[in-house]
Amino acid sequence: MEDFDDHKDIREAVRKLCEQFPGEYWRKADAERAYPAEFVKALTDAGYLATLIPEEYGGSGLTLSAAAAVLEEVQRAGCNGAACHAQMYVMGTVLRHGNESQKEKYLPKVASGELRLQAFGVTEPTSGTDTSSIRTFAKREGDHYVVNGQKIWTSRAEYSDLMILLARTTPKDQVAKRTDGLSVFIVDMQEAKKAGLTIRPIRTMMNHSTTEVFFDNVKVPAENLVGEEGKGFRYILSGMNAERILIAAECVGDAKWLIEKASNYAKDRNVFGRPIGANQGIQFPIARAYANMRAAELMVREATRLYESGKDCGAEANMAKMLAADASNEAANACIQTHGGFGFAEEYDVERKFRETRLYQVAPISTNLILSYLSEHVLGMPRSY
Amino acid sequence: MKVLVPVKRVVDANVKVRVKGDGSGVELANVKMAMNPFDEIAVEEAIRLKDAGKVEEIIVVSIGPAQAQETLRTALAMGADRAILVKTDETAEPLGVAKVLKGVVDAEKPGLVILGKQAIDDDANQTGQMLAALLGWAQGTFASKVEINGDKAKVTREVDGGLQTIDLKMPAIVTVDLRLNQPRYASLPNIMKAKKKPLDEKSAADFGADLKPRLKVVKTEEPGGRKAGVKVKDVAELVSSLKSAGVI
Ligand SMILES: Cc1cc2nc3c(=O)[nH]c(=O)nc-3n(C[C@H](O)[C@H](O)[C@H](O)COP(=O)(O)OP(=O)(O)OC[C@H]3O[C@@H](n4cnc5c(N)ncnc54)[C@H](O)[C@@H]3O)c2cc1C
Repeated sequence: MEDFDDHKDIREAVRKLCEQFPGEYWRKADAERAYPAEFVKALTDAGYLATLIPEEYGGSGLTLSAAAAVLEEVQRAGCNGAACHAQMYVMGTVLRHGNESQKEKYLPKVASGELRLQAFGVTEPTSGTDTSSIRTFAKREGDHYVVNGQKIWTSRAEYSDLMILLARTTPKDQVAKRTDGLSVFIVDMQEAKKAGLTIRPIRTMMNHSTTEVFFDNVKVPAENLVGEEGKGFRYILSGMNAERILIAAECVGDAKWLIEKASNYAKDRNVFGRPIGANQGIQFPIARAYANMRAAELMVREATRLYESGKDCGAEANMAKMLAADASNEAANACIQTHGGFGFAEEYDVERKFRETRLYQVAPISTNLILSYLSEHVLGMPRSY
Repeated sequence: MKVLVPVKRVVDANVKVRVKGDGSGVELANVKMAMNPFDEIAVEEAIRLKDAGKVEEIIVVSIGPAQAQETLRTALAMGADRAILVKTDETAEPLGVAKVLKGVVDAEKPGLVILGKQAIDDDANQTGQMLAALLGWAQGTFASKVEINGDKAKVTREVDGGLQTIDLKMPAIVTVDLRLNQPRYASLPNIMKAKKKPLDEKSAADFGADLKPRLKVVKTEEPGGRKAGVKVKDVAELVSSLKSAGVI
């Protein structure tokens, strides 16, 4: 497959790093539902998870396209960045809205890997996509907040030292706008686990280390409030575009891996005395997935370009995420079909990628909500939710 | 001591090479290129010698097209100190390259040159040996272990019968084999630093050499496909089929 890539040097080095973590490594982790700690350590030690952290806090201070290149290459190499991608975008909340002492306290340690900032607690069982309806409540008591409630799908909570938490600080019926009265906190999970915080893993169809997190009178120092009380929803929203773009880049990487795997197999596998790839019934789905991947990739580039030039990229970032998640899912489907029965055998890694990439049509934002966004904000149709 | 490491830009080892339609060579258009894997091992060894305090400066040199800059930057990101690109659009042949390298050695005066034992594109396995001859230096080829002690280099070589250990008088040429080390991947901070390291662009003439082709490629062909074998039931059938094939 031809390279259209920017950041060639970074891509090359990430590929080399990923070569140390072949399919075998991921199959074993998958079978045991184990956290790929060695992989995350290698990425951290080589500075790639600190791509976006400014140089003054120990990172490389690069722009979003560099982070997107890192995550795309991880997926393209058949690895799975889901174990650590959140650090890239969650960090942005602290960077943009945290105060100087919070940045100095946390960012250098996040950059060095001493502190893992992997957990992002937004979704709750009873509110789902309707984030403003979350019920987890943080009540101010003197110099700290007391948190009660429950989060669900808090991925990597067991393997993170810090959590960015969204909680209500003013009840919904006492605020002017439903999105007011929500606040963002940096939770020191090691401390919280000693008093009131419980984590319960959820087994899912892929290896994702996702969990339920219960808060029972968990004390969070008031100094860990990010920005102003009550403005948390806006802080979370402001990081969404970067998150969408990075997830989209991962999907493009998945799609490239799957398409390459499918086309190589189609060339090599002989049935009825010729390669199965000589049949249009096999070629066309792969070629179509390729075309859709390329289109998605261009949208990712466009969204990144707008983001980096400081322009609004809400629509493009959302479209990039949707198109890329669709493209990787289509590629996964074509790939497993091309492999016939062998696609279901674990040793080909196809079924694993098929399971892994399916997530991105649902999380971190589901396709329907992107369509609702476009309908309302771009096309001016009535709000549907 | 300075060490010089020549690096070549070649077709990536993971690419399936295809012969050009007219048989004049292999297809290079839109093909992913990378540093010759043996040269990565050579760069890694130089970095390890520097880390061990045996070497002060690592100079990487590439003889090739403008894009060979990327290969040099990769070496700088791994840890080399500065780079020289000897730009040419001619096919780099071992003797021409060895002559340019002799010029670079005369100008830079390294105490050691570490090269890959061969480049994976044409597998010539000649450049290091030719350079040693042109310079009149000692050579340790196919190294699987290198130790520097003062003005001596102890090189363990992979030879047909096993391992051979030789002492070389410095300055010397070492060509490296696969098992010498596992090359590192560049960290992000080092990639950023590499962008600021010096990279000089030169021509072969600057080193009193020329890269005019001395060889003519007559034909390039794909290796013939392997024919399917036959299964035999027992020894008797094996013997009779070998007989009918006329081999015994
Ligand atoms: C493996 C995994 C990891 C995750 N990691 C995290 C994490 O680290 N942190 C975190 O906070 N969250 C995380 N999530 C949560 C994820 O963001 C949510 O699952 C997602 O936003 C959808 O919310 P929900 O599951 O409650 O679905 P619901 O909101 O219940 O929606 C169910 C379905 O209905 C559709 N739907 C809902 N409302 C409408 C509407 N108005 N119009 C049309 N369709 C609608 C949705 O699109 C979806 O398809 C994770 C989820 C998974 C599965």
